[in-house]
Amino acid sequence: MTASISTLEPLVPATQPAASGEMLAPLDADTGAGFSLGEVVRVSFDSLIANKTRSILTMLGVIIGVASVVALLSLGNGAQASITGQVQSIGTNLIFVIPGSANNRGPGGMATAQNLTMDDFQAISNLGLPLNGIAPQFSGNADIVAPAADKNATIIGTTPTNFVLQDLRPTSGALFDDGQSRAAAPVAVLGATLAKDLFGNGTAVGQTVRVKDQALRVVGVLAAKGGGGMGGSVDDQLFAPISFVQERLFGARTPDGNSYRVASITLSARNGDDIKPIQDRITVLLRDRHNLKVDGTSDDFTIMNQASFLSTLNSITSILTAFLAAIAGISLLVGGIGIMNIMLVSVTERTKEIGLRKAVGARGRDILLQFIVEALVVSVTGGIIGLLFGMLIAGLVTLSGALTATVSLSSVVLAVGFSLVVGLFFGIYPARRAARLNPIDALRYE
Amino acid sequence: MSVISVTDLCKVYRMGEVDVPALCGVSFEIEPGEFVAIIGHSGSGKSTLMNMLGCLDTPTSGTYRLDGVETQNLNDDDLARVRSVKLGFVFQQYNLLPRQTALRNVEMPMIYRGVPAGVRKARAATALQMVGMTERMEHRPNELSGGQQQRVAIARALVGSPAIVLADEPTGALDTKTGEEIMDILTSLNHRQGLTVIIVTHEPEVAAYANRILTLRDGQLISDKRTSRPAAVAQQTPEMIL
Repeated sequence: MTASISTLEPLVPATQPAASGEMLAPLDADTGAGFSLGEVVRVSFDSLIANKTRSILTMLGVIIGVASVVALLSLGNGAQASITGQVQSIGTNLIFVIPGSANNRGPGGMATAQNLTMDDFQAISNLGLPLNGIAPQFSGNADIVAPAADKNATIIGTTPTNFVLQDLRPTSGALFDDGQSRAAAPVAVLGATLAKDLFGNGTAVGQTVRVKDQALRVVGVLAAKGGGGMGGSVDDQLFAPISFVQERLFGARTPDGNSYRVASITLSARNGDDIKPIQDRITVLLRDRHNLKVDGTSDDFTIMNQASFLSTLNSITSILTAFLAAIAGISLLVGGIGIMNIMLVSVTERTKEIGLRKAVGARGRDILLQFIVEALVVSVTGGIIGLLFGMLIAGLVTLSGALTATVSLSSVVLAVGFSLVVGLFFGIYPARRAARLNPIDALRYE
Repeated sequence: MSVISVTDLCKVYRMGEVDVPALCGVSFEIEPGEFVAIIGHSGSGKSTLMNMLGCLDTPTSGTYRLDGVETQNLNDDDLARVRSVKLGFVFQQYNLLPRQTALRNVEMPMIYRGVPAGVRKARAATALQMVGMTERMEHRPNELSGGQQQRVAIARALVGSPAIVLADEPTGALDTKTGEEIMDILTSLNHRQGLTVIIVTHEPEVAAYANRILTLRDGQLISDKRTSRPAAVAQQTPEMIL
């Protein structure tokens, strides 16, 4: 015997019982447990760690895809929340009545028709609806001339109730009152930005501005409200008594000469449940006043409430968000193709390993499982890292103050779920190739 | 009872339009505890026979009973289970997993049998001890010499208590001295533990370690000789129920 064989001395003669410890006891044919999932995951991690650079590069596709999907979804959510907030900052439970039908376009269509009048407003006011308030508006654009500057701006004719409904407060001076409103007094309340544009840092209250050769005394300046809202920000607007605006500035008399036109009527319901019945009663009233037949003829006015307004806006932002996320999803798809590519290379490279595993008893499905799990480990690990990156981007955007980008649970589930599906889908083909290798050919493969 | 019973085994490969018989009408039996060498030149059919004995391939006709199991009609999954439970392989190129320790390499076949981790580790350690590799259990193949790698491969073949160990040119990649060491280990396992060993080789020196030599030529068994070496005491392996 050679020297090295002496290290085998612990071997015992076959005549001795197996209990001596250096012999292997017979092993049960099969415990029935098979290739456990824990082992599959461990084997997969072993091979992924063995090819660190490659695994990370493969993951990168999924990381970028998931990160962009998560970031875009959260930015979309943030934009939606911001729009909702702005709309709600106008006031709560608001109902808007505007002239023209929503189903018409062009002249006579929604907001361009001229068939809503001060008499309609009075009639609605007299219904005794459960309201916090009701206010008519008439608006137009005109040059506003101050001693030092002039500016084209939107002029809103309305009543003091409008300030309550829109929650507008003065920072200096006061708002015009009901007396001034009824008297069509030439007084104006300026939005914060407009006041600054016209008077700089000087005092606006007490000054006079001219609009269409009419002199208006500035009685107050509103607190800055920010945001955009529909029809521009109140910060850029001039508010004056509605009769003054209708009669003296824009000559908004109705064609029959008996009343004045209004651009919209804003109502605030006392509680949300009243909105629908209020709308129904206004519809009946206006159809009657406008002599519309009971059936057949469509409304020549439109009633909207904040909720329907919000849902329209939300559906627009949702579509935009989904569209952007879908584009980001394409990069996730490309990441999946990257996984398939690398898995195919890996199967070819490890042909010999697959042959060996099969020779020592791995079934086709054991090999299949191993390679699918490897693809899943890559894609799901990439998905989780991508999710963290997406959250980081959302967090940075929030910190920057532009938007409050929130990562919703649904986008987390979507991102991780999608990366799982990508791994499975693109992992199956290479795994099947591996599982079908003939062990004899695989063992001979060089 | 014979551990291996081969009757009229034939394997025909189809090359395009032509049938090429690689093995024809081979019959023999091997008793537990025998140390058999299968020799022949290249093209003699010994690799084909080896694949058949190793349940890596199925015969075109004839029967092969391994440790009580008729294998000729089994499907791929059942063949995998037979390999897992009844067979241990030793290859010319060792075929260890390069990035795994010796211990993990030896544990590997048992993973597919669902053996619990603790039992696996203990058995792998014992198997490595049997081939004198206790000191290097935590080394990876690239930290081991060729001879050491082949010892690990033998431990891997032993670890599942197989009915037979099949060694395909086990010394083919080793120098003469190391090759002798490997053959000594196989001989020792055969003698002391009654392990049934079948080696396929084209080297007469290697075949000389066996107590029985089967010679193949042109796909036929042309000689079946017993050498002067005594066969080991037979050791019963447990019956496997498939």
